[in-house]
Order: sequence, then C-alpha cells, then structure tokens
Amino acid sequence: MATTTAPPTVINAKLNGQDIQTKPGTLLINLTKELGIEVPAFCYYEGFSLQAACRMCLVQVNSSPKLLPGCTTIVTEGMVIETESPLVVEARKSMLEFLLTNHPLDCPVCDKGGECELQDMVFKYGAGESRFVDIKHHEPERPFSPVVYYDPARCILCYRCVRVCDEGYGVNALGVVNRGVLSEIAPNRGDQLNCDECGACIDICPVGALTSNTYRYKTRPWEMKHVGTTCAHCSNGCKTTLGVRNDEIMRANNRDSSGLNEEFLCIKGRFGFDFNHHPDRLQSPMLRIDGDLQPVSWSKALAAVAAKFNEVKAAGGKFGIVASNRTSNEENYYLQKFARTGLGTNNIDHARTGDVVTLVDALSGKQGKLATMADLYQTKAALVIGSDLAQQHPLLAYELRRNWRHHQARIYAMTPGPVREDKYAAATARVAFGEEIAALEGWREQLAKEPELLILFGDSIKGASLRQLVDFGESLGIPVKYVALVDYANSRGAIDMGLVPELHPGFVPSGQPGLTLPEMLDDSQLDVLWVVGANPLANRSQANPKAFVVVQDLFLTATAARADVVFPAASAYEKKGTVTNVTGEVQRLTAAVKTMGTKTDLEIFGLLGKEMGLELGIWSPDAVFNEIRQNVRGYNVTMPILATGGAAPTTPVNGKVNVETRSDLVHSAGDTLFTSGSMTKYSQVLNTVAERPGQLYKPV
Amino acid sequence: MSIALSAATEARWQKILDAYPEGRKRSAVIPMLIFAQDETGIITRELMEEIARRAEVDYLQVEEVVGFYSMLRKQPLGKYHVQVCTNISCMLAGGMELWHHACESLHLKNKQTSADGLISIEEVECMGACSWAPAVEVNYDFHHHVTPERFDEIILELKGKG
Amino acid sequence: MFNPPSPHEVKILTRRFGVQNSHTIDASLAHQGYDGLKKAIAMGADAVINEIKASALRGRGGAGFPTGMKWSFIPRTSPKPKYIVCNADESEPGTCKDRLLIQNDPHSLIEGIAIAGFTMNSNRGYIYVRGEYRYLIYILETAIAEAYKHNLLGQNILGTGWNFDLFVHSGAGAYECGEESALLNSLEGKRGTPRLKPPFPATHGLYQSPTLLNNVESFCAVTHIIRDGAADFAKHGPEKSGGTRLMCISGHVQRPGVYEMPLSTTLPFLINEVGGGLRPGRTLKAVQPGGSSSPILLPEECNVGLDFDSLAKAGTMAGSGGIVVLDDTADIVAYALRIIRFYQHESCGWCIPCREGTTWLKKILERLNQGEGTMKDVDLVGELAKNMFGRTFCALGDAAAWPTGSIVKKFRGEFETKLAAVQARQVPAELVNIG
Repeated sequence: MATTTAPPTVINAKLNGQDIQTKPGTLLINLTKELGIEVPAFCYYEGFSLQAACRMCLVQVNSSPKLLPGCTTIVTEGMVIETESPLVVEARKSMLEFLLTNHPLDCPVCDKGGECELQDMVFKYGAGESRFVDIKHHEPERPFSPVVYYDPARCILCYRCVRVCDEGYGVNALGVVNRGVLSEIAPNRGDQLNCDECGACIDICPVGALTSNTYRYKTRPWEMKHVGTTCAHCSNGCKTTLGVRNDEIMRANNRDSSGLNEEFLCIKGRFGFDFNHHPDRLQSPMLRIDGDLQPVSWSKALAAVAAKFNEVKAAGGKFGIVASNRTSNEENYYLQKFARTGLGTNNIDHARTGDVVTLVDALSGKQGKLATMADLYQTKAALVIGSDLAQQHPLLAYELRRNWRHHQARIYAMTPGPVREDKYAAATARVAFGEEIAALEGWREQLAKEPELLILFGDSIKGASLRQLVDFGESLGIPVKYVALVDYANSRGAIDMGLVPELHPGFVPSGQPGLTLPEMLDDSQLDVLWVVGANPLANRSQANPKAFVVVQDLFLTATAARADVVFPAASAYEKKGTVTNVTGEVQRLTAAVKTMGTKTDLEIFGLLGKEMGLELGIWSPDAVFNEIRQNVRGYNVTMPILATGGAAPTTPVNGKVNVETRSDLVHSAGDTLFTSGSMTKYSQVLNTVAERPGQLYKPV
Repeated sequence: MSIALSAATEARWQKILDAYPEGRKRSAVIPMLIFAQDETGIITRELMEEIARRAEVDYLQVEEVVGFYSMLRKQPLGKYHVQVCTNISCMLAGGMELWHHACESLHLKNKQTSADGLISIEEVECMGACSWAPAVEVNYDFHHHVTPERFDEIILELKGKG
Repeated sequence: MFNPPSPHEVKILTRRFGVQNSHTIDASLAHQGYDGLKKAIAMGADAVINEIKASALRGRGGAGFPTGMKWSFIPRTSPKPKYIVCNADESEPGTCKDRLLIQNDPHSLIEGIAIAGFTMNSNRGYIYVRGEYRYLIYILETAIAEAYKHNLLGQNILGTGWNFDLFVHSGAGAYECGEESALLNSLEGKRGTPRLKPPFPATHGLYQSPTLLNNVESFCAVTHIIRDGAADFAKHGPEKSGGTRLMCISGHVQRPGVYEMPLSTTLPFLINEVGGGLRPGRTLKAVQPGGSSSPILLPEECNVGLDFDSLAKAGTMAGSGGIVVLDDTADIVAYALRIIRFYQHESCGWCIPCREGTTWLKKILERLNQGEGTMKDVDLVGELAKNMFGRTFCALGDAAAWPTGSIVKKFRGEFETKLAAVQARQVPAELVNIG
C-alpha cells in the first residue's frame, strides 16, 4: 500500500543561535518580524509582489554559499539563519553605501527628513564616512500632478509606488522608464499622471522621492502632532492620521497602516482635509437683522433660537428637523432626543442614501448577515450591483481587489457602465438601474456554485427590489452577506440613531407619524426648519417661505444663506465622537484642530437645550456615547477597541423592523472620487486635479 | 490612424502581431517599435500611442520599454547610423582609435548627426564581430576589420548613395 | 568575410559551413538536414532526453548547465502550453559564434528547436534574436518558411499529428536580455529585467508556462547529437563537458577567428596553434577565457583546458566561449575601464548593488585611467567589486564585479605604473611630496 507523507505543520529552524518554530511557507523576513528582529528592507512591502531589488535584507543561510534576500527566502526545515553576523552587517553597510552614491543627501530640506526609511537605516547600519567622491547623477524634480511631485535624484527604485498603484489600486499609472542608473519612475501620460490622485505612491515611498504638493516644504514631521481620526468624506470610514501644527492640518496619511483601511486612502482622505481651513469657514453665529445675516454673539444667537423654539413649541407649532449624513453618532442621538423629547416632534429626517432599513427588515431573524470590512477581504466571492465601487466606495473596491490578489476571490460586477472591477472580475454585466433583479437570474447557477457570497448594492436596489435581492441571495443555498452602500461618513449612523420619522435609535419603530424631508419642505404650515449639517435648499425652495430656519454648518450653504439663524459648526476633524461606516463599524473621531468661533453640533444642541430649559442630559461625547451603548441595540461595543483607534462592529437588531419605510426617498448623490457632496466646493485639492470631477462608470 | 506607415511596415506589424498567442499581443510591442523606427527614424509619442492601441496595452507600457532598449530612440539620427564598436575585442584591435578617427573625420560627437542628416555616429557595445575586429555596423550592415582608411571608404560610399 | 577555418577544427556544428548556399534547405537536406528530427520522432521523447544527457552537452550560452538535465525538468505532460525559446541574443563581449551558426546553417538551429518542440510536446517556439542581427532575422524567416514548405514545421509534421509553429522575435538592444528570465520578460513585451527565481522558466517561463530555453549553439548541437548519437559528440570533450564548441578567439593573436574545437582543447593550443600565436616580438599579458564576464588569467595561469570544469578550477569560467587575448601592449587599466563601461551601460537598473556599483566603479576607473586618483582608489575598486559579487539580483552584477576584481588584484602594479607615469608628467615636482 502506498504511503503518503503528510506535509509538515511546523518548521524547525535556528535563528541567530535560537531554536525557533514557524509555519511552513513562511518568508524569512516575516519570521524575523514576528520575532522582533529587524531585517531592514526597502523594496519589500507586505501584500505586494516580491522584488528582491534593494538587497538590503540579505542574510546568511546555511543552505547557500551566497547571502540570500530574506524577502524571497522561505524558511525550511533545519535552516540556520544569521541576521547579524559580521558578513551580513558588512553587506548591509555596503548596500547603503551603494545607495547613497546617487542620493542627494539633501535631508535638511527633504520633506521625508525625520521619517525617512533610508535616513533611519543609514543611521543604524550605515558607514560613518562616505568613500564616494565623484559627481552624482542628478535630474531635476518635476510635478506629476497638482498633488504628486517626483524627485528622481532621491528615488532609490524600490518600485513600491509602481506596485501600490498597479497591484493595490488597479490604476497602473506609474512605471519605470530608461535603464540602469538612469532608470526613473514615470507617470502614465508622458509627463503627467492621469489617475485617482490618491497619493498612495507618496505615503508608500520610503524616501522623499515622491512628495505631496500640499505638504512639501511646509513643516517637519517632528513639529506636528499626529492625530488619528476617521475620514470626514465617504462612508467607508478610513482611518486617517492628521499631521497638525498650530491648529492647522498640514497633511493626512495612514503610514502606520493602523486602521481598517491599512495602507489605503483615496484623494479625499489624503488631501481632501483642506476644506477645513477654507477662508469661507463660518466663524461667528449669524442672526438675520433687518433682512441681512449679521454676526452676533453665541449667547444672542442661542437666545434667539431658544425663544423661537419655545414659542413654536408652546403654540403647538410644526417643527421640521433635517439631520446630517456627517455628524457624529452622539450628535445624531442627541438631536433626535432633542426633537422627540425636547421639542415633542417626530418630524426628523435626513437625506437617505441607502436602504439599510429594508435590508435589516428583510433579513429578520437571521444571524450574521451584515458584512463587516473584513468580509470584503475574506469572502470567497462578491457581487457588486449598481455601484462604481472604485469611485464611490474606494476602500471597498481596494479590499475586493486585495481579496482577489491574495485569495483569488471571484468578483461579479453588474453595473450600468464599465467599472474597474471588469478587469479582473469572474463575470461582468452591463445592466441598467432597475433591471438588476431580473438580470441576476442569469448568474444564479454560477453564483450558487460559490462557497459563499458577499452582495454589495447601490441605491437602485431599494424597497421591493431589495426584498427580491435578499430572496435571491437566500435562495442560493450558500452563506450570503450583504452591504447596503450608503454615501457619507456617517450615513449609516444617521439611520442607526433614528434620524428618520419611522424609527427610533436601534431600528425601533417609532410608532408615530412624522414628516419626511421632502414633506417638511413641501409643508406650507411648517413653522421651524432646523437644518444640521445638510443643504436641503441647495436646489429648491420651501413651501413656507416664512418658516423660521436655523442652520448649523461649516459654510454659508444655499440653505444657510436662507436661514434666520446660522450657527458655525465644527467639522469632523474638530470634534470628539464616533461615526459608523458603511459596513456598520463604529470608529472614533478625535479632535485634531479647532476653528475659532465654532462649536461642535453636540455642544450647540446642549447649549440650545439648556437655553430652552430642557433636561436632555449631559452633552459630552463620552456621556452620550455611554447612553448610546446602553440604549441603542447593537451599539454595546467593546470600548478598548474604540479607545485604541480600532473599528468596533455593531450588530443591528435581529428581528422584524416592522415599519413602513420610505424606500422611495433613498437616493445616492453619486459622488465620484473627486467630489464629496457640498464639501467639494471648499476643497481646493478636489478642484485642482485634472481628473475632476470625472464621471461614474467611466473609470479614470 | 494617426500616423501613416508604408505598406511594408504595416505588413511587418501584422506579421509580428500574428506571432503571439491569443491575448499576448504585448509581446509584439518591442518588435513593432524597432521595425517602425526603421521607417520613421524616430519613436514619437504618436507612434507609441498607435502601438499601444494595436498591441492592446497602456501607453505607459510602451513608454517603459522605449527607454530600456538602447536601439530604440526618441531623438532622430542620420539616414546612415554608423556604429563603431569599442568593446574589448574591438578595442584591442584598434577600435578605440577607429572611433576617435570617426569623430574627428566627421566632426561629430557620439549620437550626433551630420548637418545634412545623412550620417550619425555612435560608440556601441559589442555587436558580435569580436573575431573580425574592429567592427562597424551601418544601420544593419556589418563591416569587419575596419581600418581608418576603410572607414573613410565606407563613408564615401554612403555619401555616394545619398 | 570571416576567418578561414583551422586544420585543427573538428567540424560537427560547422560541417555544412563550406557547402554552397549552406543556408538553404536544399543544401541542408542534401547534407542530412532534418535527419535528426526524423530520428527523434522515431526514438520518442524519453530517448531523446537520455541521448542528450549521454552526450554531456552543457549549455553554450554561458552558464554551462547540463542540457539534458535542463530538458528533463520541463513538465512535458503539463496541461499548459509548452514553449521552446531559443536565445539568439548573443551579446557577451568576445563572443560571435551564434551569428555564424545562424548565417551559415539556420536549418541546423531550426531542426534542433523542432527536436525540442517534439520532445516537450510543444506547439510553439520563438527565436529571440538581438536587434543588431537584423540580417539573421531575415535569413531565419526564409529558412523557417522553407521548413514549413517541407512539412518540417507547421501542421501534422511528417505525419505525426504534431503541430509546431516557430517565430522569430527581434530584440532591441539590451545585453541583460541574454539572461534567460530577462529574455522572457522582453519576449513578453516588457522591460528586460530579470525575474525572481524560483519559479524557474522550466515550469513558469514564457507566459508563466513551461518553457525550454537554450542557446543557439546548444540547439544546433542537439541536432547533431540526435542524428549521429551521443557518443560521437561526447568523445570530443572531457567526461562532463561533452563535444565541441565554437571558440571565438579575439584580441592579440595573429589569426583571430571562430573555430569549432573539441572541449579537450587547451588554452595554449588554441592561442598558439589555432589562433596563430601572438604577434612577433610580443609576450602574453593576460587572457579572458570566457567572455568579458570571466575573471582574467595571468600568463602563468594559462596552461589550462578550455572545458567548463578546468576553467572553473582555474578560478574563472568557460562562459560563452569568447577567448580574449591580451599581449604586453595592452593597457590593462583602459581594458578594465572598458569592461566596466560595458556593464554600467547594460545594467538594467533593477537592483541597487549592480546599478550603483557599476556606476561607481566606472567613475573610479575613468579617473584612474586618466592617471588621477590614488592607489586607495585601486583598493576601493577591489572592495566595491567584492561588495557587489554574489549580492546582485542576477548574474550581471557578478559578471561586472568578477573580472574587475580579478584585474585590480592581479594587475595592481599596472595601475601603480600608470598613476605614477601620468602624475609624474602632470604634477610639478615640488608638489609631489606634499601631503
């Protein structure tokens, strides 16, 4: 009888004299990393293809007469590895010496100075003196785009930028031109980039070869405070680390790969913070006096609003409250409490961008049906319906692509036009909005063969068609999870916190009638329209032009311009709190800067409530979040995860929602990579890149 | 198409494109470039774009190879490109002196072209004529055992052909 | 045009060179052309591989890897397409043999590739010809067309049901593309940078499919080995280096040329009897026995056989068969500079030590060649060569470092003399002793 030897489950080796064990197939460089032993490398970057080009990670291995690169050597049984032997140390030193021959050593003026991997390595492993006395090869620095600059002299050709752009983002906008010592990185349009302008190439660059035009020559890393928070733009909830100096955001990046987005950020996350210090930011409350909005003190503005609110409330008048897709969970929770218990109204709504309510209802009684971000990377197959993911949900697109690269996930894309997923998808179909459910039957057989499936759908799937989609998914006979795609940074939190008339926080039916957003605007009897972080009057007027309008916003939007009182609000980068992303994960906002004269929406609510004489509870973010944890189903999240900047999954109600939801009101704004709702107008970066604003279903 | 090539080059391109398996047209890029350059004398952005289109690759993927291969050029050279090898075998046989003779007699520097556009010269790496050194290649024609006198004759012949 | 033959030659691969119109299929067929292919088909794949193993043929491209063993690595039953690729990117300074083989007997090459195609159950092959050898592309294309007409390529070859298409692919000037994985990248339309190994081309070669890649001369040798039997070939060389090879002798000998010699030939015999010896009155200074990549030999080290193992034992290598002879008139400093200029020009730029190392070495040697610098610079050349050697991504870095290191080590005195001579002329006497 033939015997088969089972593959070994553990590999025994010796590292710097110590006996160690590891999993079969482990790369030597990863083994050392796990054990806390540094093997320096430039070109190695976890998750991307192996290059073995920088030769920094050469180590001594008993099986080879030559030094071997740790980044491509797999640890095998009995291997004896030396990472600090005299030969290895000497090789490292000489590699740095080679590298520095054409490096300008302009560290004093280089943006990367202080956080440069080359600088660090030379400091730790390099020679004290230079033996190179000849003339260095030098090419001048040049702009690749309004945000990306390239300095070929500093470039060490590690090809990280080329790989993150091609492998990571699927954009392939950077290549290598010329040969030998003249080799350099080049953009895809001759001398210019035509790409996502995400700036990932800048962050991944170990040296100062690729720099950000919005940051360069402005400050030094050690002069900044580095504040990890959640991106203020789309619903994907990327962690972004803001570099702050003198109450100004100098840059944003995610170099420590600490968030759920790891190394990922898009143009908005990396460069789109600049709305925050736009000169048009409101910095004083304004009151309409003699027909004009005029700056007044906070106390005067608050008193005016409180008086009016109390008057209307006493008279049994009609309030309409328009809430935000961007304010924090704490603010949302407090606002609905303000409305429902303080003002006694259920007329509260926001611009709904995805039909989460119907999804939760349709999945009643089923466990684990709502996907988390991790599922995007781990599920073996994914179906994208009606969304240009790379533009509308760039992190989700990145994660799916990463899943395909690392796990050969099979992606199905059913969209009205071409999308980036087409290039690697197992199947693609061009289907008009509204016709997806019928078209899906054609994929039934194929999808049913998948071991599991993730379904992501845009705003064309809502109400009845969403119930049909869930019926379809649940009839496949395989585990299926769902993601209802929503637009903005806290669109999901707006629904979860009951910013709709039909639901209280936690998907609890309100059991009360209430005006929806269009109904408020159409109501000629409306006495007060209170708009928080939204712009409902951007393209329309309200039925009662005499309604008292209160607006809390960063800018004088069309709605604010029409208001009777305007409160200058703090941005997401100026407040503490939490937001919930598209996949239902709660993450922390950290106040990084302050704009003079502004207050957070939560503080405005609190002060207004106090001025009105209401008892709405403490309005500190911590206290409110504690209340949310206790009162809102699914939000009893683990605090340490949040406190350390992690993403805590929420588990929404697992029972029938049982309300008539207004799915017809669900509408995505269709923002592209280069637009971000009304913030687009105030972000110089989003306005200066050549690709702006682009079109959906026409990949860059 | 944006650039017009002769029927012969078009036919060559077709032959090249037909030489690779389904979905592997990228393989055609380098041969297409060099055969087109024989006609155009120079690789322009339009030519790279056209090849990118025909070979179904990104423009950048064409750009990436153009700078890598030393025979591909973005600067025009003479109608007759005179390449003098000075690598070791040729050098030992007088190749370096021959190269200096070429520069001086034609009043040209490396990769320069004569005013009339007829002749350009280049000091090149080994061309595979080591045992019959020193060697000169005019476009694709080899000349072996080239002495300065023989070099002058070659140049005269080229000028005669015009 | 080329050199006359030597009476010492053993003409196996070059046997048809003297035949009129030797490049035509008629001439080939009249001289046993494609008999090897027919025999291979009759023998079957396993027997072909065994025959090549028995011939002790070692790759003629430079690395000298046993060809039969290489052939046995190809997963012939893989469901993926199998490719045969011929490396005709001959670019090693000192080497000019593949050019002769293709020019004089293209059918011998096509036959060898076809034998490989049959053996590997392959349906497609490519000959990667360096761009400078344009005329050979036309010769090969004509020869391939002739072979198609005779049903020696194409569909249902010789009634076997086996199909094999062969194409010629032009390079465009890159020495690095002689490295097999860089050649494959180039053949795929990419920059000619080398690939990570493993996986090796045998399993993940062209288009990530199993690929047999051999040098022109290796394929030509296969044709004759299969036709006349392994023993007939093997007998011309030592046990582990079978057969003849086309030795390209150049530099300071009276009859430079390409000669097909048994691998049992010694270097002095090649120089003196085949190459006609040094010019009158000259003495030997050095020999590079395996192209510009091989470490240099001093005269006293030259009493060595030209087979792979003997040269390896002498601390150098047989390489691609280019033997460059330097007599006492040679300026070794200029020679070292010329070598490093070549590698600096051809370094693909992929890895740091080769890209920066060759550039730095070139700068130092340029200075030294002009009589500038000091003996410390000479030491630095040696150290940098040592720091590059064995640490670059591919063998190009080794090829640059190895001969350079050997030259500064063995000819330190020449550097000293040159520096002293130039500096004595240029530096005012009163300044010489300062510092």
